[in-house]
Amino acid sequence: MSLPTKLTDFSLAEARDAVQAKKVSSKELTTAFVKAVADARPLNAFVTETPEKALEMAVASDVRIAHGEARPLEGLPLAIKDLFCTKGVKTTAGSKILGNFIPPYESTVSQNLWDAGAVMLGKTNMDEFAMGSSNETSHFGPVFNPWRARNSNANLVPGGSSGGSAAAVAGNLCLAATGTDTGGSIRQPAAVTGTVGIKPTYGRCSRFGIVAFASSLDQAGPMTRTVRDAALLLKHMASVDPKDSTSVDIPVPDYEATLEDGVKGLRVGIPKEYRIDNMPPEIEQLWQKGIEWLKAQGAEIVDVSLPHTKYALPTYYIVAPAEASSNLARYDGVRYGHRASGPKDIVDLYERSRAEGFGKEVQRRILIGTYVLSSGYYDAYYSRAQKLRTLILRDFTEAYKKCDVLLTPATPGPAFGVGEKTADPVEMYLNDVFTVTVNLAGLPGIAVPAGLTANGLPLGLQLIGKAFDEATLFKAARAIEIAAGFTAKPTEWWRAA
Amino acid sequence: MTVGKDDVRKIAKLARLALDESRVEPMVGELNGIFQWVEQLNEVNVEGVPPLTSVVEQRLKMRDDVVTEGDAANALMANAPSGEDHFFVVPKVVE
Amino acid sequence: MTERTVKLLKGQTGDWEIVIGMEVHAQILSNSKLFSGAATAFGASPNSQVSFIDAGMPGMLPVINKWCVEQAVRTGLGLKAQINLTSVFDRKNYFYPDLPQGYQISQYKSPIVGEGEILLDMNDGSTIPVGIERLHMEQDAGKSVHDQSPDSSFVDLNRSGVALMEIVSKPHMRSSEEAAAFLKKLRAILRYLGTCDGNMDEGSMRADVNVSVCKAGGYDKFRATGDFKHLGTRCEIKNVNSMRFVAQAVEYEARRQIDVIEDGGTIRQETRLFDSKAGETRSMRSKEDAHDYRYFPDPDLLPLVLDQAWVDGIKASLPELPDEKKTRLTKAGLSAYDASVLVAEKESADYFEAMMASGADAKAAANWLNNEYFGRLNKAGLAIADGPVSAGANAAIVKMVAANTISGKIAKDLLDIVWSEGGDPEAIVEARGLKQVTDTGAIEKVVDDVIAANPDKVEEVKAKPKLASWFVGQVMKASGGKANPGAVNAILKQKLNLPD
Repeated sequence: MSLPTKLTDFSLAEARDAVQAKKVSSKELTTAFVKAVADARPLNAFVTETPEKALEMAVASDVRIAHGEARPLEGLPLAIKDLFCTKGVKTTAGSKILGNFIPPYESTVSQNLWDAGAVMLGKTNMDEFAMGSSNETSHFGPVFNPWRARNSNANLVPGGSSGGSAAAVAGNLCLAATGTDTGGSIRQPAAVTGTVGIKPTYGRCSRFGIVAFASSLDQAGPMTRTVRDAALLLKHMASVDPKDSTSVDIPVPDYEATLEDGVKGLRVGIPKEYRIDNMPPEIEQLWQKGIEWLKAQGAEIVDVSLPHTKYALPTYYIVAPAEASSNLARYDGVRYGHRASGPKDIVDLYERSRAEGFGKEVQRRILIGTYVLSSGYYDAYYSRAQKLRTLILRDFTEAYKKCDVLLTPATPGPAFGVGEKTADPVEMYLNDVFTVTVNLAGLPGIAVPAGLTANGLPLGLQLIGKAFDEATLFKAARAIEIAAGFTAKPTEWWRAA
Repeated sequence: MTVGKDDVRKIAKLARLALDESRVEPMVGELNGIFQWVEQLNEVNVEGVPPLTSVVEQRLKMRDDVVTEGDAANALMANAPSGEDHFFVVPKVVE
Repeated sequence: MTERTVKLLKGQTGDWEIVIGMEVHAQILSNSKLFSGAATAFGASPNSQVSFIDAGMPGMLPVINKWCVEQAVRTGLGLKAQINLTSVFDRKNYFYPDLPQGYQISQYKSPIVGEGEILLDMNDGSTIPVGIERLHMEQDAGKSVHDQSPDSSFVDLNRSGVALMEIVSKPHMRSSEEAAAFLKKLRAILRYLGTCDGNMDEGSMRADVNVSVCKAGGYDKFRATGDFKHLGTRCEIKNVNSMRFVAQAVEYEARRQIDVIEDGGTIRQETRLFDSKAGETRSMRSKEDAHDYRYFPDPDLLPLVLDQAWVDGIKASLPELPDEKKTRLTKAGLSAYDASVLVAEKESADYFEAMMASGADAKAAANWLNNEYFGRLNKAGLAIADGPVSAGANAAIVKMVAANTISGKIAKDLLDIVWSEGGDPEAIVEARGLKQVTDTGAIEKVVDDVIAANPDKVEEVKAKPKLASWFVGQVMKASGGKANPGAVNAILKQKLNLPD
């Protein structure tokens, strides 16, 4: 295997192998990425850069490597979405209300990574409280997609809410990044930045220490440049956590070990309801290609039906805001976070701290959530939506009697322009039409880069698996990765900017 | 169902969000746009369907009754906008 | 159960009945909190027993304390209630400075314990059954201190997240006495079970009392139909933290409501605060906002599912509870009244049982405690645990009386000696020569002396045999209280030729 000439072009797995073989030191690698992060500030991918911490961790890793005590991710620089609480490092969730919050604790997922030897480059930008599909709701400004359309200088969104992580991975600013996915926040940005992103089964990664958006849907996952990297990173993010009541007591398998097992005999379901109205031909064609690729490698293609698919998005826009309205009640200006100045009484303190601290989209969702839970509307909205979830889950259970994984498009289109979809909330919400069902059913889903549009923008395909069957998803995703041969990279326009 | 201005004021109050009167009208429009889109759920017959309680198929895990944390007043107060003698301080609350 | 006499309140427009229901918050005795590993000890310095979970810090998640679940089940079983093998934790959403998460984790639609029953022991020895509607687990809130600064409140979260059981009665109580008896009996059951220390001063047991009034007969219609329209509008009185205050609060509130209605007003359903200094209830301004708690199942927790076998195991380990103990003691010869007095407090029951274990006769021990020892404790303002005389010593005294070793009179003197000086009662009797004289020869001599000295009385007693008691007194006096009263009686009867 020949290694890339630039350290920042290494994949996570390549870097691991090089570091463990002492071909590259963590300090060299980390220094290269620290510089890449600093050079890429026009992308606004990071809210907080932690170069000193990164180098300190790198040096400590090199000592361990020298002593033959290297851990699985020893010395590998990663970016962490700013939704994961990091002890002693500002954690904002992309919000003004947490603008200066320094957690006195570490999230389980990030702790797992540090325990495996990883190095932190910084905290990535994101939609405020993970509410958004374009990274435009961040208090710290939008993130720009490293990709631009051919012959265009227009800035495109990187998707959201894990837009900073996606941009950092696509722009080679880190080896890999963490993301979180409540309705598509890993997979949608991965798809529009030409990267790999997996939302694991609900309960696979601990939610402890991750700022909550919608507790029954939130799940952390890796964002990487290759499927192997995703398999490797998930192995070290996931754990069985006694501090999260919804963390599931199933051991984490070695996903990398079965990665190359192939798809021969795998039954791949094609859900007909994903063929939505006005689907762009490019998406339709890509999906067809994906089917052909898997078939060519020995998979069996099966038509399946998920009849309640069209109701997933409106269901999500009841359940997620309802939970969010409650989860975000703690941001009240009393114990931490933004407090309005000169409050005349406690109610005034609450109302103004929250109105000043939360952005427009977050406030809109809090109001939706408050309304659907309020007296007289609970049954019509929240209760009905939870019944719909039962039906959506049943759809998948039925489908999985006939197949092992499902193949769908990941997004309804490529990256769009900054500001293009901010006027109409519902139009923005539709970006998650293919990803959101997976969250409602708690299943794992992975987005894999599969091709470029005519004007050179990346598109992804999504594979959906059975609960806790991430291993099969990685195998199938690897098969697509091989067939697609996706090697395109964005031009590093931001260096000139 | 249609949301009116009073509904918006009421839920903003419940959610403790100061809502400038000038924003009430636009918010009514935005919320109605979303709720009209959500209305399509009424097409589905959900009779006899139990609401989903959790996608996690396991028993609620339980801890043992031991003290493992909590003696950390300094860390707890470190982010407080206003504190005194290890108390959080807020404007006077009248009961 | 005896026929229940319902207390009526006189009004200008006729008789009124009181209807009372209670919601009692009982703190579960545990080392750590319901959903965090922070300590629960009372009186710690501010915010020194607060985990990041209890403070509602971002990303913190609840994990339930198994011990607390077990105590809730234990309490449910003690209340003869249905245990729900599946229950659900909900979030109750509202904003308050001492509620850090912005919601309280509680059980709303599906509580862990369903319907049960408590038997109230009334002063006349009768019992009254009161239904339990439910018991659910929930988190306590923190505490706001308002007197540290003129314009600020200080928030201490030490209590935040402490496990509570909310025990809700049916509206089955009809007088302030019954309300107080309910609280007393519930407290006794919790303390027998060991699930709550029942310490009302430290707030580990708090009662909210729902009071309404209706015209005489309304309540029976309600019981017959289950229709609440036969009852009046209720007011919830918060902050009632002693048995005495419960009675006061009910009396005041019922009278207030009757006055309002009779003056042509209507009762507004509201939350009122009991001001124990003024002995009155007043409307709580801060609670006047219409509440909409937006309950929904807490997505951070799964439904709580219990195994029947586990519940059965807890059931098998339940201690004997007041009602069972009372039945057993009644069978052992105690009156219903004596038995209920003894079992009312776990300490008195334990003390009594210790006396029985030391060989004292049940009835004699009960009489001795209720008539002698507990009276002295009360007078001295001492709790049973702090009393100076051990159960063994009291048993020894009672046994010596039963064996005719000492007289009842000497027994009381002996108790005073042991109380103030300590020591072994038997040794004291021995050393100070307090033994009763049963030697008939010696008694005969005293009797002869008394008869000889009182010839006029001898004549009188022949006409009025009841006067014999005068001779008994004289003989006892002459013997220094040591003569056996039975022997004295028998000898006197014989010498004076009195009929049997």
